[in-house]
Amino acid sequence: MIRSLSSSERQLGIALSVALALLGLVMLGAAKVGPMAVHGAMAIAVGVALLFALGGGLAEPEPRGDRLARYYDEPTRFGIVMTMIWAVFAMAVGVWVAALLYWPEATPLWPWTSFGRLRPVHTSGIIFGFGGNALIATSFHVVQRTSRARLADSVTPWVVLIGFNLFCLWAVSGYLMGSTQSKEYAEAEWYADLWLVVVWVVYFVLYMRTLARRNEPHIYVANWYYLAFILVVAMLHIVNNLALPVSLAGAKSFTIWAGVQDAMVQWWYGHNAVAFFLTAGFLAMLYYFLPVRSGRPIWSYRLSILSFWGIVFFYVWVGSHHLHYTALPYWVQTLGMTFSVMLLVPSWAAAGNAIATLNGAWHKVRDDATLRFMFVAAVFYGLSTFEGSFLAIRPVNSLSHYTDWTVGHVHSGTLGWVAMIIFGAIYTLAPQLSGRETMAWPRAIEWHFWLAVTGTLVYVVALWNAGITQGLMWRTYDASGALSYSFLQSVMAMAPYYLLRTIGGALFLAGAVICALNTWATMRSARAGAEAHDRPLLPGPALPEPAE
Amino acid sequence: MLRLHYNLEKISMGLVAAIIVAASIGGIVEIAPLFTVDETVTIPDDMRPHTPLELAGREIFMREGCYACHSQMIRTLADEIDRYGPYSLPSESAYDHPMLWGSKRTGPDLARVGGKYSDPWHVAHLIDPRAVVPASIMPAYPWLMEPLDTGNLGAELATLARLGVPYTEEMATNAAADALAQGNPDSDGAADVATRYGEKVAIRAFDGDPARLTEMDALVAYLQSLGTLTDVAFETEEVKVPEEAP
Repeated sequence: MIRSLSSSERQLGIALSVALALLGLVMLGAAKVGPMAVHGAMAIAVGVALLFALGGGLAEPEPRGDRLARYYDEPTRFGIVMTMIWAVFAMAVGVWVAALLYWPEATPLWPWTSFGRLRPVHTSGIIFGFGGNALIATSFHVVQRTSRARLADSVTPWVVLIGFNLFCLWAVSGYLMGSTQSKEYAEAEWYADLWLVVVWVVYFVLYMRTLARRNEPHIYVANWYYLAFILVVAMLHIVNNLALPVSLAGAKSFTIWAGVQDAMVQWWYGHNAVAFFLTAGFLAMLYYFLPVRSGRPIWSYRLSILSFWGIVFFYVWVGSHHLHYTALPYWVQTLGMTFSVMLLVPSWAAAGNAIATLNGAWHKVRDDATLRFMFVAAVFYGLSTFEGSFLAIRPVNSLSHYTDWTVGHVHSGTLGWVAMIIFGAIYTLAPQLSGRETMAWPRAIEWHFWLAVTGTLVYVVALWNAGITQGLMWRTYDASGALSYSFLQSVMAMAPYYLLRTIGGALFLAGAVICALNTWATMRSARAGAEAHDRPLLPGPALPEPAE
Repeated sequence: MLRLHYNLEKISMGLVAAIIVAASIGGIVEIAPLFTVDETVTIPDDMRPHTPLELAGREIFMREGCYACHSQMIRTLADEIDRYGPYSLPSESAYDHPMLWGSKRTGPDLARVGGKYSDPWHVAHLIDPRAVVPASIMPAYPWLMEPLDTGNLGAELATLARLGVPYTEEMATNAAADALAQGNPDSDGAADVATRYGEKVAIRAFDGDPARLTEMDALVAYLQSLGTLTDVAFETEEVKVPEEAP
């Protein structure tokens, strides 16, 4: 990081590090004890570490004079490293909590390793840590390449990445200490939420400034999706997290929303976290890396437009399908169901567009595991969105809701679609950014691919069976009109499926560990100062090719 | 249309504005009407907010992530009504910041669990679920026998009052004392709890020991209060059945 910054940028970095440490000091001083104090101490630690790193690097030589004629890939590299760290950590937590459902006695008898505290560590760690870092890292890469312009400046990408990872760390460590808003996928407390807003605004401004410097008249499809991801996530995050802190010197707050309105806001957020965090940004990845890797242009430009606006417009309506047959007004449930079904059209348009893009490149899908990751991601995207529309239909939902079918559905999306496209993008990016042709261990990609596909299928099929079994046992009556099964019997029936899903998750985790090691080996083996070969378009005379 | 889009793709702020408009409509249509919730959802006359002790228990429920496996929302389906009781009404969670309707039943629904089991059963079950229910897969919570921190309760009640929960200033001022008294029926303050929160509030040593107030007291008090804050859900059933009978 430091070598790529000019000395004035290093000084700015030092000022920001001091500001972060001071913020931490204020939090620590105000709260004194509890999660907010610990988080203040973390901010101090990060600020001081950055301060020392930047201060120690002040005397380093200035970066090469033509750096502005190159893409800025250092932040992307850092983002990929963070992606893989979060992936291995949060998937490991996921496998562990899955194992606890089969083997509950294994819970250690101290509070911070309890299932209920670890579960949001897994979800936030995956969604924000793994998914978020991958989105930010790839967005920096894609916006530069599709605009043929360097990132607008060299300091704010680091503010975004380091700030975002500090948010993830605050969130996850807060849950372990029992600090939570209890809103699913938005559990982090008020000060962490405010911090994320600041980071997000910096991210948006950087993105827009980079787009403004583009040397292409048109903004490429991938950037539409990244923009939708940045904008709508900001909207969702702010509205859902509106809360009144009990005291500015403590972590505890109460959401301003109550009862049925809170439920609506929560699932408007919850489902659109799926839509705009876990879909829009990843479609951006798909729209960039799939054509690049297959060497084929996107099949249909018109279909891209249809699916983009369809997804942006329809998705926002569907959150209420999480609340069928509840105390939410019936017409809102019906709207949610209707739009969920209509959403299948733009979703399949996007998935179909991706798969049709591979026409003429199927031999590459056969031979190249990286491209196969992207192909499987598109297939799982199509399957999961079909399943999602199906589960949103009211009578189907009466059976599936509250069961493990929902969990299975989520994982077919996150393992099969989100994680697969991330792995495809990383296997494309890591060698390129290291100035290499291939990953350090090309054969390991095949191993990872088959572990990931097997793990996903085992997991999803196990939980389909679990969910349908639960749903049926809960609603079965005997001839005398009494319920046939006690709740406990339905719990006991889950044991084999919970074991299987743990095995499926462990297989997937094993693949992710291979990916992390492979990425590490690839980046480590890069020549000093290695970088991507492509260059932004600059006004003026062409620059000479870099000396090898 | 295609021409329009062709031009839109060249203007980044145009794309931004179009995305914001397109993504706002659905949320506005579905969420805005719920701002009339004060007029459209009638708060039953007998509805009370949680006592400070129950509120403390609710926060422990959230802290331990109980909502990840236990819903508090009985749907309008025959088997759920037969299994858990009358379906949940919107008024029953009107004071809940946040609601804890949940999304998954790894364990059973808790919306009406209050009064279904005895206090000692809950205590034994929370300390070691498999001692009471051998096939249970619930984690054990032995650390709940720690003393309850009541220092923040007054500020919490005051904050909730600002958000519209009917806590009076008197309730907020006496929050810590009321929490202590609710766990000790022989204390001087016990009568005050009943005055402030109603005669139906359970006042007893929930963890079996009136001499000290533990997190267990709070959590069990909360669990025993679930579904008992108002009887409106039961009344609806009783009224409807004879009216609709031919």
